[in-house]
Amino acid sequence: MRRSLTKLFSGLSRTREAIVDGIQRALHGGRALDDEALAGIEETLIAADVGVETSLYLVERLRDAAREMETADTDAIVGFLAGEIGSMFTAGSDAEPERTRSDVDPGVSERPRVTMIVGVNGTGKTTTIGKLAGLLQREGETVLLAAADTFRAAAGEQLQIWAERTGAGFVFGQQGGDPASVAFDAAEAAVSRGVDHLLIDTAGRLHTQKNLIAELAKIRRVVEKRLPGAPDDVLLVVDANTGQNALSQARLFDEAVGLTGIVLTKLDGTARGGIVIAIARELSIPVRYVGVGEGLEDIARFDASEFARGLFPTESEAS
Amino acid sequence: MFDQLSDRLQSAFKSLTGRGRLSESNIEEAMREVRRALLEADVNFKVARKFVDDVKVRAVGEDVLNSLTPGQQVVKVVHNELVKLLGDTGEPFRIPTGTPAVIMIVGLQGSGKTTFCAKLARFLKQRGKHPLLAAADTYRPAAQDQLSTLALQLDVPVHTGRPDADPVEITTTAVEEAGARGADVVILDTAGRLHVDEELMQELERIKAATKPAEVLLVLDSMTGQDAVNVAQEFVDRLDFTGAVLTKMDGDTRGGAAVSLRAVTGRPIKFASVGEKLDALEPFHPDRVASRILGMGDIVTLVEKVQDAADVEQAAKLEEKLRKQTFTLEDFYEQLQALKKMGPMDQLMSMIPGMGKVSQSAVDENALDRVEAIINSMTPEERRKPVIIDGSRRKRISAGSGTTVQDVNRLLRQFESMKKMMKQFGKQGRRGLPGLNPFGG
Repeated sequence: MRRSLTKLFSGLSRTREAIVDGIQRALHGGRALDDEALAGIEETLIAADVGVETSLYLVERLRDAAREMETADTDAIVGFLAGEIGSMFTAGSDAEPERTRSDVDPGVSERPRVTMIVGVNGTGKTTTIGKLAGLLQREGETVLLAAADTFRAAAGEQLQIWAERTGAGFVFGQQGGDPASVAFDAAEAAVSRGVDHLLIDTAGRLHTQKNLIAELAKIRRVVEKRLPGAPDDVLLVVDANTGQNALSQARLFDEAVGLTGIVLTKLDGTARGGIVIAIARELSIPVRYVGVGEGLEDIARFDASEFARGLFPTESEAS
Repeated sequence: MFDQLSDRLQSAFKSLTGRGRLSESNIEEAMREVRRALLEADVNFKVARKFVDDVKVRAVGEDVLNSLTPGQQVVKVVHNELVKLLGDTGEPFRIPTGTPAVIMIVGLQGSGKTTFCAKLARFLKQRGKHPLLAAADTYRPAAQDQLSTLALQLDVPVHTGRPDADPVEITTTAVEEAGARGADVVILDTAGRLHVDEELMQELERIKAATKPAEVLLVLDSMTGQDAVNVAQEFVDRLDFTGAVLTKMDGDTRGGAAVSLRAVTGRPIKFASVGEKLDALEPFHPDRVASRILGMGDIVTLVEKVQDAADVEQAAKLEEKLRKQTFTLEDFYEQLQALKKMGPMDQLMSMIPGMGKVSQSAVDENALDRVEAIINSMTPEERRKPVIIDGSRRKRISAGSGTTVQDVNRLLRQFESMKKMMKQFGKQGRRGLPGLNPFGG
């Protein structure tokens, strides 16, 4: 656990340093928040994949606030931006409380909790499930993994290896088989084995592929039929390397299967994953977990205010 | 989205209509919009800034062509420059020679390396080569199984190692054994890694040194954001890759990462990957991607899809029928099938300039199915001679196809107007297909 936290913070601190550096450069040490400085801050945000619109919005907010700020020092600016971004995340969870229901009560009912993992190809869905299984098991829950990715060659084998590593149960789907029937069998098995948590892996699919998105909606319906109220969570896995397209991904997956949150993966590289800020702002979908590597423990729960503070600590906190 | 940029440029130039030349001051505002379009397409901000500055210099003083508005003129200049940056006419992949020739595939996790390896193997096999796939990804669980399964589908040999084997050794053994296994090209599938992972980057350097590949291809996800420059820079510094592959281009990403990659490395982009099926591999077309980045639609790909779907022989037969005016509902039905082969309607529509944001309801996929059902419910005689379809036949057909009499009427009307159009077209004697519009209305 300590290792993953260190990794997480070093991942975030790279982001933080880049942003704070950018702001310091923009200010040229003590210079006023003039247009040039604001343009510099805008570029710093864009470089973190926050996106043009959200960056412009943040810079405009900052411009307004600057009039009331007595001094334009880096601390005050990062403090302000952290607050703004933090509120985008929390505004999301206030507006749609059902998106965060899994945080409320881990033992909602008699039935197993069900989490579906969805996303485009190559974002790290199967790895995320493996790590999530590890996290939940360490917290004392029993977990069953369902390999409903019946499309990609050897996806089932990949998940099975994760099941063995974590000691979670495993329901296998035949390659080329019907993923909805795998999900149904898994729901049955989860009940009969009396596990606490069922994690369903699905095949990667581009959000623009109508048929495959319809298939995903069917998986959801089948699970819901067998376990009323399920799935409790539908998590979209977003690669931190992804640019503006992640917004389109979140929008279309949300329309099809109703997302309750996002898992931001590969945060251990140099990409910053700033697009989740735009997603929180525009779609009110919060980030729930972050992935920082391929090891079993390289996952952490996401805390909005921590993330914002991690992005923009004041200088005293950073030292 | 082109319309978005074009509209914005239009308003930027509103006060300037009538001016005959682009000047520094009137171009300034337009360039801000261009920069924004590039950033929204994920072009790296530094690359976008430099690009806009360069274009500005080139555009100032250009005469506005008579047929164009100043806004269109700017888009034209920007588009041309973007095409140039992306590699002009493109550099096709040349199959390397060697005994065996080695092609090494590298990239970040999840960029689509393993799938690309299989696609490349298929591509080579189709061109008379005998590829061997080498599975050097010992890190991701079951990665070797994935490649083996794909190799089996392609009937191409694969070399794997034990999960604890040294990836360098797997690749060198594969190269050594290639001749004995009847292979003349070895494709090395390496593990995905972050460009900041020193240990794994060194491993790639060792594989490269040991196997001396003729080509090293970087696989880059077309959805990559601002960080594409760092990835490209690191991989080119460490491995001096010879070309790049842009994957997942079948989605709705604008693909600005291609611009970042080119600007940073200057290496050619040799393939675009456009789907999960193993034949979904295309050469990279700079002009099309430039249009896409600027949100201009992709009319060329659309036309190609039409050409692909239309069987040449069938087209010739159709032309004959048109000349003799013996075009029947049966032929119409065949045309429909060809149309359906081109892919989902909304995907096709998105390639048409100005239709990028067309809503789903505007293109009713079900309308096609209805037309099909109606024709299916006709007797062969009715299909050949639609004139005999009277009231009671219409009722029977609508009942049989689960549609309404109005639907049947509409189809017959459309068919008649189509015939008229074709008559016109037959007289002109040009090749090609007239536009069919079976989407109601």
